[in-house]
Amino acid sequence: MALMSTSRREAERSGYPTFLYFLVPLAAVGIESFASLHFPRMASLDLPLLVTIYFALMLRSPIAGTFTGAIIGILQDALTRQPLGTFGICKAIIGYLAASLGVQIDTENPGARLLICIGFTLAHNGIYWLVVRHLLAQPFHWNWVHELVRALIDGVIGVVLFGLLDLAKQRDY
Amino acid sequence: MESFFSRYRNALVLIAVLLAQTLGLAVQVRRTLPGQPDRGPVRLIRYWMVSLVAPPERVAHGTGSVSRSWWMNYVDMVHVRRQNRELQAEIDRMKLQEASLAEDALEGQRLKQLLDFKGKYVYQTVAAQVIGASGADQSRVLYIDKGSHDGIKADMPVITPDGIVGKTRDVFPHTSQVLMISDPASGAGVVLETTRIRGVLRGNAMGQPEIVNVMPDERIKAGEKVVTSGGDQIFPRGLPVGTVEKMVDDPDHEPMQDVLIKPGANLAQLEEVLVVTSTGDQMPKQDQKDLDQAELDNMQQRASDILAERLPSRVDPNAPPLEQQGATSDNLADVTRPMRPLQALHPDRYSPDETPPAADLTPGAHSPDVSSGKNVAPMSAAQMPAAKPRGPKLVPSDGSVPPPHRTPATVLPGTGAPKTAATPRTTVAPRTPAAVPKTTTAPRTVTAPRTTTPVQVAPKPSAPKPGAPKSGAPKAAAPVKHKGPEIVPSDGSTPPPHKTAPATPQGAL
Repeated sequence: MALMSTSRREAERSGYPTFLYFLVPLAAVGIESFASLHFPRMASLDLPLLVTIYFALMLRSPIAGTFTGAIIGILQDALTRQPLGTFGICKAIIGYLAASLGVQIDTENPGARLLICIGFTLAHNGIYWLVVRHLLAQPFHWNWVHELVRALIDGVIGVVLFGLLDLAKQRDY
Repeated sequence: MESFFSRYRNALVLIAVLLAQTLGLAVQVRRTLPGQPDRGPVRLIRYWMVSLVAPPERVAHGTGSVSRSWWMNYVDMVHVRRQNRELQAEIDRMKLQEASLAEDALEGQRLKQLLDFKGKYVYQTVAAQVIGASGADQSRVLYIDKGSHDGIKADMPVITPDGIVGKTRDVFPHTSQVLMISDPASGAGVVLETTRIRGVLRGNAMGQPEIVNVMPDERIKAGEKVVTSGGDQIFPRGLPVGTVEKMVDDPDHEPMQDVLIKPGANLAQLEEVLVVTSTGDQMPKQDQKDLDQAELDNMQQRASDILAERLPSRVDPNAPPLEQQGATSDNLADVTRPMRPLQALHPDRYSPDETPPAADLTPGAHSPDVSSGKNVAPMSAAQMPAAKPRGPKLVPSDGSVPPPHRTPATVLPGTGAPKTAATPRTTVAPRTPAAVPKTTTAPRTVTAPRTTTPVQVAPKPSAPKPGAPKSGAPKAAAPVKHKGPEIVPSDGSTPPPHKTAPATPQGAL
C-alpha cells in the first residue's frame, strides 16, 4: 500500500522547535477568533482541529496526542461561552486516534493527509454533536451536507497548512 | 497487573483525560436556582486565554481600522457631495417629522407621569469596537475592546442604532465577552410592535433569533417590527430588535410556534457597538432638550403658518406668478399646512361668515337669503356694521390663537353695497393682474375659519384691542375709509395696499 509507512525515514519521529508547540496552537485559536469575525464563513473552518491532527500525526504518541488535543480544545473552549472541556473531549479523542494512525501510515502523502483531515473532521463534529446534544442537552442542528462541506474545506486547508508547518520541522536522523 | 497498565496505557490515559473533562463539565453545568446568577465567576483559564488572544486581536483590528479610515477618508470620496446633499435633505425632512411628533411625545410623557409609569431611558453608553469572536458555530459570542476599567459590568445591554446585539457576559479588565441574541443561551423580553404580543427572544440552533413558544396568531405578519419589552430587566423598553420573518411550528411544544426574527443589527458584520452602562426612570437631559427644541420648532411652524395666513403681503413681490411656475393649488399644498374646508359653491345662511351678527338681527325678522339675495329685509343704518365690533368673539377652546378673520363676504341687504372682495390668499397671492381673476374666482378666503376647531362663545369685548387676533365673527373694521375691512397685522408691520375685487352686484352669485 502506498499509504502505509514502509520506510524507516517515514517512521522517524520528527522534531519541532519547542516554542512552536505553544505558539502554533495559540495562533490557530487566535486566527480562528479574529477571522470568523470579519469572514463569518471562516467559522466553518476548524484551525485548532487541524493543528491537533498535525501534532498528533507528527508526534506519533497516543498519549501526547491525547494531551495535545485536550489542551488545544480547552483553549478553544476558553473563548466560547461553552463549559470548558466541550471541545477538549472531542479533540482529545481525535488526538489519540490521529497519533495511533500516524504510526501506521505515511503521513506526508498529500492524499493521505486529505483523507485524514476529512475523516477526522467528520469524527470530531460527530463527537461534538454527542457532547453538546446529550451531555450538555443543548440544541444542535446536524446537517449532513453542511458537515460534508465543512470536512472537505478542512481537508483542503489541512493539506496546505500541513505543508506550511512541515517547513519548520526538524528531522531526527 | 503491571502488564495490564503497560499494555493499555494509552487507552487508560485517554479514558482518564475524558473522565476528568466530563467531571469538569458536570461541575460547570449546574441548574440555576432562583435568585442566583446563571453562572459563577470567570474561570482563570478563560482569563488567561482572553489575555493572550485579545491584545493581538486589538492590534490587528486597530491596524485594519486605520487602513480603512485612511482609504475612506482620503481616497474614496467619490460620492460624498451627493451623499451630503441627500443627508441634508433627510435631516430637514426628519426635523419636520420630529416637530410633528414632539407634541405626541410630550403627551406621552404627561400620561406616563399620570400613571406613575416607570420607564427606562438610556442615560449613558460606552462605544466599543468588536475585536473578536468565538470562532465556533455553536457559540455566538463577541469580544469588545472595553472592560471593567471602562465601567462595564456583566449583563449590560449591548446595542447598535439599528437594533440590540446582546448583553455582556464575562468582563475582563480591558475586554468583555458579549453574548449575542442569536445564541441559544441568550434571552431577551420582546414585544411585537403592532399586535403587542410578548415573548422571549433567543437564538436557535442555526444561529437565528426567534421568539419561542408563541400561540399561533393570524395577526402576526412578516415585516412586523419587534422591540424590547423591558421585562427582562436588562434591555430598556422600546429598543428595536428586528422584524418578523416567518412563523414555524415548534416541534417540542405543540401547538406553539416560533417566530423567526430578522435582526435589525447586522450581527454577522459588527464593527462598533454601544454598551448601555446606565439607565434611569427620567428622560435624559439631552433627550429632553431635543424634545423641547422640537416642540419649539413645532410652535414656530404653527405661528408662521398663522402669520402667513394673516399677512398676505408676506409674499415675495418679485416671485413669478403661478402660471409661470407651473404651480397649482394642489401641488402647492404643503404637508405642514393645515387642511381647510372647501368653500361652498352656493353659500346659504348656514355657511360660516355668511350670517350677520346676532346683535344685528331683529327678533322675528326674516333672515336674508345670502345666496340669492331674495327676501332681504331692509336693515337700518344702526344695524349696519360699524367700526366697533359687535359680534360675539369666538375663541377656540384650546386657547390657541384663532385664525384670522377672512374678510367675510358681508352682504349689506337693502343697501346695494358691493360685496367685499376677498383678500388674496397668502402664499399663492400673485401680484400680477393676470393672476387676480384666478384668485377671485376661487375665493378661498371667504371660507369659514377652521370650522373643525371647537369654539366657544366668549364675552363680548368692550373694545377691540389693537393687534389682537381677529375672531371668526364677522366684524367690519373702519368702514369709513373704504368699503372692505382693513387687516392689521399683529406684528405691527405696514399692511399692504388693500385690493378689492370689482364690485359684484348683489344677487349676482
